[in-house]
Amino acid sequence: MSGPSTYEPKTALERWLDQRLPILRFNAELMDFPTPKNLNYWWTFGAILAFCLITQIATGVVLAMHYNASAGGAFNSVEHIMRDVNYGWLIRYIHANGASMFFLAVYIHTFRGIYYGSFKAPREVLWLIGCLIYLTMMATAFMGYVLPWGQMSFWGAKVITNLFSAIPLVGPAITTWLWGGFAVDAPTLNRFYSLHYLLPFVIAGLVGLHIWALHVPGNSNPVGVNVKSKSDTVPFHPYYTVKDGFAISVFVILFAVFVFYMPEALGHSDNYIPANPIVTPPHIVPEWYFLPYYAILRAIPNKLMGVAALGGAIACIFALPWLDTSKVRSMRYRPQAKIYFVFFVLACLVLGVCGAHEVDDQIISGLAGFPLGDANINSYVWLSRIGALYYFIYFLVITPMLGLRETPLPVPESISTPVLSHPAAAPAGATAAPEKKG
Amino acid sequence: MTRKFLALSAFLGLLVAGPALAASSQAPLKHVQWSFSGPFGSYDQAQLQRGFKVYREVCSQCHALNLVSFHDLGQPGGPFWDPKYPNPNDNPYVKAIAADYKVADIDPDTGENMQRAATSADHPPAPYANDTAAKATLGGAPPDMSLLVKAREGGPDYVYSLVTGYAPAPQGLVVPPGKYYNPYMLSDLASSWKGTGPAPVGGIIAMPPPLTAGKVSFDDGAPSTLDQEAKDVAAFLTWASDPKMDQRKQTGLAVLVYLAIFSGLLYASYRRIWRNVAH
Repeated sequence: MSGPSTYEPKTALERWLDQRLPILRFNAELMDFPTPKNLNYWWTFGAILAFCLITQIATGVVLAMHYNASAGGAFNSVEHIMRDVNYGWLIRYIHANGASMFFLAVYIHTFRGIYYGSFKAPREVLWLIGCLIYLTMMATAFMGYVLPWGQMSFWGAKVITNLFSAIPLVGPAITTWLWGGFAVDAPTLNRFYSLHYLLPFVIAGLVGLHIWALHVPGNSNPVGVNVKSKSDTVPFHPYYTVKDGFAISVFVILFAVFVFYMPEALGHSDNYIPANPIVTPPHIVPEWYFLPYYAILRAIPNKLMGVAALGGAIACIFALPWLDTSKVRSMRYRPQAKIYFVFFVLACLVLGVCGAHEVDDQIISGLAGFPLGDANINSYVWLSRIGALYYFIYFLVITPMLGLRETPLPVPESISTPVLSHPAAAPAGATAAPEKKG
Repeated sequence: MTRKFLALSAFLGLLVAGPALAASSQAPLKHVQWSFSGPFGSYDQAQLQRGFKVYREVCSQCHALNLVSFHDLGQPGGPFWDPKYPNPNDNPYVKAIAADYKVADIDPDTGENMQRAATSADHPPAPYANDTAAKATLGGAPPDMSLLVKAREGGPDYVYSLVTGYAPAPQGLVVPPGKYYNPYMLSDLASSWKGTGPAPVGGIIAMPPPLTAGKVSFDDGAPSTLDQEAKDVAAFLTWASDPKMDQRKQTGLAVLVYLAIFSGLLYASYRRIWRNVAH
């Protein structure tokens, strides 16, 4: 933790404990942690993500008490949870929709980091740990989706594990090793279950490192200038516990709407058909949070190059601190970067839509279009190619070049400067609408 | 402006990217106004009872219902739920229905295979011992109906449309003997199409039209029309695949009211704690 500790043990017991295990001191420092006072609601997604992780682990532990990780019993044990276990339907729907909520929050959190330059020095390690958390989340979610052992579980597992077979020379051996046999079968399900239970605790450990790495330089903030004086900060508690708490509560409302009123909206009906290795579903689609990557994968006709592009898309996020050459942290003062960023978010959404469609589907139905290369121009494969091209250009060309060429707006002296010069900082307005500022 | 746009696009991303669009080789489903549609909809108990009768007298000849046990029929929201019998195993309807069935068991004295009357803990016995036996007799294995509604795009609308939607095969469609054309069956007919123009929507189904007017008579005076039978059995199958729906929606309402109040309190606390901080 940064800065000298202000913790004073108050009782004899606390003094005794403080000399042996300063856990109360540690907690007090966490609570008092000086936090920039201008963090906006985009910064609440860190706390929302912690909430998501705890929810997933808590519901997952209960589900594991009733789940039967065998190829013959998995499907029916999930239905046993839905029908016979007290509030089993609630626990399972929280867990299944919780995965989607977790990814929604992690995507917002990541886009926030990109927009406000939270990955820039001295927060590169913080960013890398965040990327590792995201990668581990993807593995966990993928393996969790396999566990109900429905048709989409089985065929999704087959498609994704088959990607590794594209690696030259060792690919097929890796795939066999992942499967634990020569096809997706009972051993695959058992190892995925084991790893699905293990990885969330790896994520929890990484989250610990993420918060540690956050507390060394302290939070970034929407203005992007470093904390200069004590007047720029407020203690984390109660200022941000209450703000994060409010944001979590609003987030849980959205979560509850899905759990109670549209619990199957983000799933796929084929997953209520038990896994059948000899019947291929007409459309194999991953969960929504993988769709942009799925689109990038299918945009390239060559399997190896497609897998390489998929890996490259994730690698770009890892490399961002070294791709961005701009000295200005927040895009609030980079008008051109802001526009490219909006198009980047759009490209990710377009890729997501493309991932949900068959590559040959018409974008505008009925429009004949014309063939371009290997596909019609009016098809999702071309749209995903455009999206994927922009995705990579954004990271590999725009981000490095723009930092060298653009003229940023003047950056405020300190965090407090724009706050105090803000019209609403006048005495009457200071309490009028604090949530809209900063 | 930019921030509002980002918030909107993040939310839209969730909605737009969610459902995968299926290929449109199926006629647009008929939409029924179900009693259980919408956030406040709940099952119509009389309809579930009629639907159970349709299942029992017609569907169960070929389709199993392996995930539903007799006592489920007497659970809250179920077709024979009675508040007088909070434990559905005491429900006389449930007991009487179960007693009508014979299930396989092992004789506790001799260890021989035997048949005994079902209890409320049993499942309705499947019509065929396994898929292979069903295929040998019927030419195809009819799907288990416990999750049929959840496992099909369109859910109850799909079941209703399929059962009421049998149509004469279009000229040029090769339908094998003993099979039927159904425009609502999601499938690709290109390989069976010998006519001109694009292949018709729909598919070839092994199940003969299961329901006809007058096939099932209802004890509550509901007309035994095809439409009524189809709606009732679709409602029953919706309950079978989602028996906790009523409970889910009721709990959801309480949860949302609680969260709205809780969020309001947190927002008030937030405003109060931050009132002296310019930010």
